[in-house]
Amino acid sequence: MSEAPHSLTAPHKLEYTYKRSTGPILGRFFGGLRDGRILGVRRPDGRVLVPPKEYDPDTGVALSELVEVAPTGTVVSWAWVAQPREKQPVGRPFAYALVKLDGADTPLLHAVDSGGDAKKLRSGLRVRARFAAERTGTLRDIEAFEPAEGAKAEAGWPRALAQKDLPEPLEILKVPVKLDYLYSAGQAATRFLRAIAEGRLLGQRCPVDGKVYFPTRGACPEHGVPTEGEPVDVKDRGTIVSYSIVRVPSENLAVELPFAAITVLLDGADSTFTHVLSEAKLEDVHMGMRVQAVWLPREQWTTSMRNIKFFKPSGEPDAPFESYEAHL
Amino acid sequence: MRDVAVVSFAQSRHVRREPDRNEVEILMPVVREARERSGLGRGEIDFVCSGSTDYLAGQSFAFVAGLDAVGAWPPICESHVEMDGAWALYEAWVKIQTGYADSALVYGFGKASMGDLPEVLALQLDPYVLTPLWPDAVSLAALQARLCLEGGVVSEGAMAEAAVRDRRNAKDNPFAQVKGDFEAAKLLGEPFHVAPLRKHDCAPISDGAAAVVIAAGDVARRVCKRPAWITGFTHIAEPQDLGVRDLTRSRSTEIAAEKAGVGKGPVDVAELSAPFTHQELLVERALGLGGATKVNPSGGALAANPIMAVGLVRVGEAARRVQDGSARRAVAHATSGPCLQQNLVCVLEG
Amino acid sequence: MERCAVVGIGQTKHTAARKDVSMPGLVREAAERALADAELTWKDIDAVVIGKAPDMFEGVMMPELFLHDALGGAYKPMLRVHTAGSVGGSTGIVAASLVQAGVHERVLTVAFEKQSESNAMWALTISMPFAMAVVAGAGGYFAPLIRGYIRRSGAPEDTGIRVALKDRKNALKNPYAHVQLPDVTFEQIAASPMLWDPVRYLETCPSSDGACAMVLASESAAARSPGRPAWVHATEMRSEPTYFAGRDQVIPRATLDNAKSLYKKAGISDPRREIDVAEVYVPFSWFEPMWMEGLLFAAPNEGWKMVYEGATAMDGDLPINPSGGVLSSNPIGASGLLRFAEAALQVRGQAGEHQVDGARKALGHAYGGGSQYFSTWIVGSDKP
Repeated sequence: MSEAPHSLTAPHKLEYTYKRSTGPILGRFFGGLRDGRILGVRRPDGRVLVPPKEYDPDTGVALSELVEVAPTGTVVSWAWVAQPREKQPVGRPFAYALVKLDGADTPLLHAVDSGGDAKKLRSGLRVRARFAAERTGTLRDIEAFEPAEGAKAEAGWPRALAQKDLPEPLEILKVPVKLDYLYSAGQAATRFLRAIAEGRLLGQRCPVDGKVYFPTRGACPEHGVPTEGEPVDVKDRGTIVSYSIVRVPSENLAVELPFAAITVLLDGADSTFTHVLSEAKLEDVHMGMRVQAVWLPREQWTTSMRNIKFFKPSGEPDAPFESYEAHL
Repeated sequence: MRDVAVVSFAQSRHVRREPDRNEVEILMPVVREARERSGLGRGEIDFVCSGSTDYLAGQSFAFVAGLDAVGAWPPICESHVEMDGAWALYEAWVKIQTGYADSALVYGFGKASMGDLPEVLALQLDPYVLTPLWPDAVSLAALQARLCLEGGVVSEGAMAEAAVRDRRNAKDNPFAQVKGDFEAAKLLGEPFHVAPLRKHDCAPISDGAAAVVIAAGDVARRVCKRPAWITGFTHIAEPQDLGVRDLTRSRSTEIAAEKAGVGKGPVDVAELSAPFTHQELLVERALGLGGATKVNPSGGALAANPIMAVGLVRVGEAARRVQDGSARRAVAHATSGPCLQQNLVCVLEG
Repeated sequence: MERCAVVGIGQTKHTAARKDVSMPGLVREAAERALADAELTWKDIDAVVIGKAPDMFEGVMMPELFLHDALGGAYKPMLRVHTAGSVGGSTGIVAASLVQAGVHERVLTVAFEKQSESNAMWALTISMPFAMAVVAGAGGYFAPLIRGYIRRSGAPEDTGIRVALKDRKNALKNPYAHVQLPDVTFEQIAASPMLWDPVRYLETCPSSDGACAMVLASESAAARSPGRPAWVHATEMRSEPTYFAGRDQVIPRATLDNAKSLYKKAGISDPRREIDVAEVYVPFSWFEPMWMEGLLFAAPNEGWKMVYEGATAMDGDLPINPSGGVLSSNPIGASGLLRFAEAALQVRGQAGEHQVDGARKALGHAYGGGSQYFSTWIVGSDKP
């Protein structure tokens, strides 16, 4: 393996909106935010924890006494984000800050929007929550805190909350998560993918026992050694080692239901892989069936296993069980 | 407690972006090298343990492919932690203490360059009240740094000097990523990155891997001329909520250091995994290190930061100095989570 | 090695979506029950070991960092284990090893999954660039292996249905079980839709929210414990690569090696006779006969006979999954620890309606990945 091709890369998105059940304490906290109020919880020593938790973080003891704290507070510390990321709360330069709200004993992490001016930030700065006009019950209902010089610490916080004063709980918090990656295939897969883009199926030999791995792997997992030497071409026909008829939907599937997912041993290879069988009745699919690849039209070939559209029966007689039994 | 020692260590050259190889391809030669250096044959290693995280690749079960690098055949006794490799080492050390194993191979690996690491790390936070605000890892560290600066616990000058020291030390480390001669005064003239942090205050982002082999008593003595004996090994986690922690000290490191017995003797070398300069100073203080200790002879995490392997690298670097006789007693440190949330301390002696 | 005993066990009611609790609430529910069982409080715990399957299920990277203080873990050592589907078992083994090594007196171990936060099929098979997704979740992966087993062993086609019927009936005796079908019949299972042929809907595990917790204690700590301890006699784990040329994926060597080593450590020479009850990781019914062979309870290709002879039923000579097993409750990350905990419940005589009379030695088992990760333990009423 003297040549070291730069790895193929491709964008990969990890995207899902999680549905988080909130439980008794956070549910009320988010319900409060929806109402434009901020809640904390009393710890056994009387101090008020904001945001509230179901338990005391230092001891694990259960907490339940919710109180309301002020929408005003004092900056305890701040970090100036000169180049905000897309997901962050403020679209211009802003500060992440620890803000101790009036009536709270622990600071809350949030954003302070000073109009993009770092000079307006300092520890000890008085700030006030700027609530969004439309609120759904999330910390993003506070768009940001804003400087509020002169806003004195009002007395009377925290306020006790009788049962009837508690906000309606938010049961499910939706949290969209989207991360962008540049996926890197690595050397062995890159060699394989570049070949398949030219219609070749590349295998690689294990230097210890000579067995051919398809698709190409960088290492023989059995012996823990790199698969060195010249790659070998394997045939685009082979034997069904095992299969399953898939009738259940899955979000990421590349095929329509129902279909036959087949474990194929290609001629010339010693390892199996999974693909799709088509042009056969589902009830005719069986172990030992001989199959051949049906390729996409050449102009549609890319660096992907999808170049093989599917497999179809080749019409050859079945392979005997003994010939593939070791590959189950 | 059984005597257990580090007998070999290997690492990759840590780089900002590995252009060719995927994680397993980075890891494979490292595992092979650690194994060869250990003098133990494949059948002689009783236990394997690794550390990695799925979120670096954005793929579930990313660690399973790591088995390919080990050559797990015949089947091996093996475990994995979704933590830095230093904690995998801890699990392996415990396994040897039970008597179920006499030797272990431990590795950690990560290819952080595939994602936006500071943003990915926002997924590590409380998913209800922190992640929805997407605070990146640098911003959180900056909040902590300001508390430390304004509290008089650290100074910008001392932070810059830490960077200068680590980058200078890294000149002798062929595996390090950020190295060279810098002047603190010049660094302090650079603009803020996320104020109050400047670029030099932040560890680089690295792709890399590391592997360590440990062995008990006679096995270690048989294969290694001067084993680095593990004489103290502890880790402690703090709550994550920044509001309930004293961010101007590292209490969990203090507790771990006490339990590991760091203060029971002079420390010749300390390898610290703190990814920000002020955190390095906090850890130094929490470990009770004095002027006689050479801190980060390898350059530490500020010179190369392959997440999920960086803590294991610290143990390897500390052990190497015990093995080559340049240190009689060394301390390695690893960390995880925002603002030094979880810390591990390992004491090694010749 | 120090002796180690289970002195507290707790689990949640497993269900499709626990909308009434947060993640901290879920793990606390199981942990508080385990502590109550052991008559201990958070401060009595020396260390916390947390296990769960892929982080993408809940969308939190290393969630133990934000969760461990909900388990009284502040300023204590905390470990997070992840070994695919076998993780629950591995988590229990790591927790036990902390006691066996003499590092800690009392360790709290908790495994959980809150699958309702996302979609398991999505998280298990996230489509990656260059690949072509044709494997539909775990069922899609395991169905061809099951077909391989049927072909090789000549097992009657209804073996899987028989296992499902037994486990579903057992689940009716377990108040924590997720899927409970009071009037379930053989015909109903046989007529349920094929999801991944040859795997039917009612031969398949559900997707559950749930947690399991145990308190593990040293011999001296166990002596001060109120209940009858379950003593850990042996633990073992084995892994092998997902793919290599000629790998037997049906009954992988890792399961056989694991079983041999486990029994040797536990001083067991005839496992079928010496073990009274086993909780085995069976996410699809056919895996019961497969793991009967994989655990050396049956000769090669004869595991199905144990099912047919009723040996694995509650009144058989080796009851398998009296709790209803993974087929009835599957909070993935916790499923392995549940098997370990149910084994301990049996030898403590605490299993209630699904108690196997006189059980003194029990096996807990978990597997994961592409049938490539195995973790097991044996617990007993007597000290090892």
